[in-house]
Amino acid sequence: MYNASDLRKNLKIQIDGDPYVIVDFQFVKPGKGQALYRCRLRNMLTGSQFDRTFRSVDTFEPADLQEKKMQYLYQEGDKFVFMDVATFEQVYLTEEQVGDARNFLIDNLEVDILFFGTRPIGTTPPKFIDLRVTEAAPWVKGDTATTDYKPAILETGYQVQVPPFVEVGDKIRIDTRTGDYLTRVKD
Amino acid sequence: MRDVLAHLRAKRENLKVRAAVVEGIRRFFAGRGYLEVSTPVRIPAPAPEPHIDAIPSHGWFLQTSPEIAMKRLLAAGYGRIFQVCPCFRLDERGSRHLSEFTLLEWYADGADYRDMMAECEDLVLFVSRHLGRGDRIDFRGQPIDLAGPWERITVDEAFRKYAGRTAEEALRTGSFDEDIAFSVEPALRKDRPVILYDYPASQASLARLKETDPSVAERFECYISGMELANAFTELTDPAEQRERFVRDREERKRAGKTDYPLPESFLEELRRMPPSSGVALGVDRLVMLFTGAASIDDVVPFTPEIL
Repeated sequence: MYNASDLRKNLKIQIDGDPYVIVDFQFVKPGKGQALYRCRLRNMLTGSQFDRTFRSVDTFEPADLQEKKMQYLYQEGDKFVFMDVATFEQVYLTEEQVGDARNFLIDNLEVDILFFGTRPIGTTPPKFIDLRVTEAAPWVKGDTATTDYKPAILETGYQVQVPPFVEVGDKIRIDTRTGDYLTRVKD
Repeated sequence: MRDVLAHLRAKRENLKVRAAVVEGIRRFFAGRGYLEVSTPVRIPAPAPEPHIDAIPSHGWFLQTSPEIAMKRLLAAGYGRIFQVCPCFRLDERGSRHLSEFTLLEWYADGADYRDMMAECEDLVLFVSRHLGRGDRIDFRGQPIDLAGPWERITVDEAFRKYAGRTAEEALRTGSFDEDIAFSVEPALRKDRPVILYDYPASQASLARLKETDPSVAERFECYISGMELANAFTELTDPAEQRERFVRDREERKRAGKTDYPLPESFLEELRRMPPSSGVALGVDRLVMLFTGAASIDDVVPFTPEIL
């Protein structure tokens, strides 16, 4: 059970049976008045957002959320299939539930699957992932004047800005939290 | 916070402004014949305000404001006193709140809240000039003219204008605090400071009621750029009425399941000796925010609880 004073950005609470994440949080206390906790909440099932102000007497159920390591298998229509390598249990996520993580999903990748109760609702890829470049403008050797980044397409179809020296076939490291290029890696 | 020392170094300019603000405050009050006092931070009995919670300290409490002790000095005949001190309020943390913060409190005998409105204006202007900033400052892109007299608007007027209901209606429906925070405060003009005054009687446990209209108390708050900066009363000096209000506040605390504080008996005993006075409490951290353009109170203190 959480109290209002536990409320903060990214806290996950349950309201009317649904899990919500606090995406914005403001503590306000006018004059001699009572503390007000203004939250912008995002429904983790539907994605819809709304503002709600709580008071210090309010209490909250933590959202019944658990993460489990699973392996990404393949995409089947608009479903993404993941498997628990210990039990061979398979779960499906929709494109919407996978969200931006789809840019980083390569076969057999180990990811965290987020469950609300027994229901899979989302996934988080590893913080860093190495992906192969499938398309990029060639590097004009000797052209040291150009330091501008150029677009490249990776094996997952993800498009990212890379330094001029990165070429097709290279493997590069991406920070999945920002989606940015970090470095070129050796095979 | 990966590099706390770099984070601390980055605050140096703001902390220099902070030191100069406190120095300006001291000069202002010294020039007006106020005595600087230091009363204990740890006290046996804070005022039992319904929505201000004290941090317990070995059977006593850390002060939520120096009000009780300073009023006892007034009762002893000290006349004009001020103090800049740390105060502590349980579970207050936000971009304008720290559980440990710095309050400036000052009292003048023979004064009422109208005198203190003028003194607030003078003080803020004096500090600005002391910092070499003059009468017009810029707060995060908002020009503010600090020269007095500031705009004055009664609480009821502000509610009618900005919240679409009277203050009395808001109290009845329980939306008073929400209306102040989310309708009134954001609507106040930002190019000049604003004084909200004459609060409903129930919203001022230690203030005198207005003789011509006892439904309101002689209390005001200063807002600068929508930020609440100071709170002031014409002080209540009637011990019987003060006791009655404290008892009522205590009941309200009990009903809300909050910690019960003993009544500050010595204060209530001595209150009959206190001359007619008025006092102001001003958030020093917020005043520093104003002069540094800080978006958060975190930027004007060296340490926040999170990095201790």
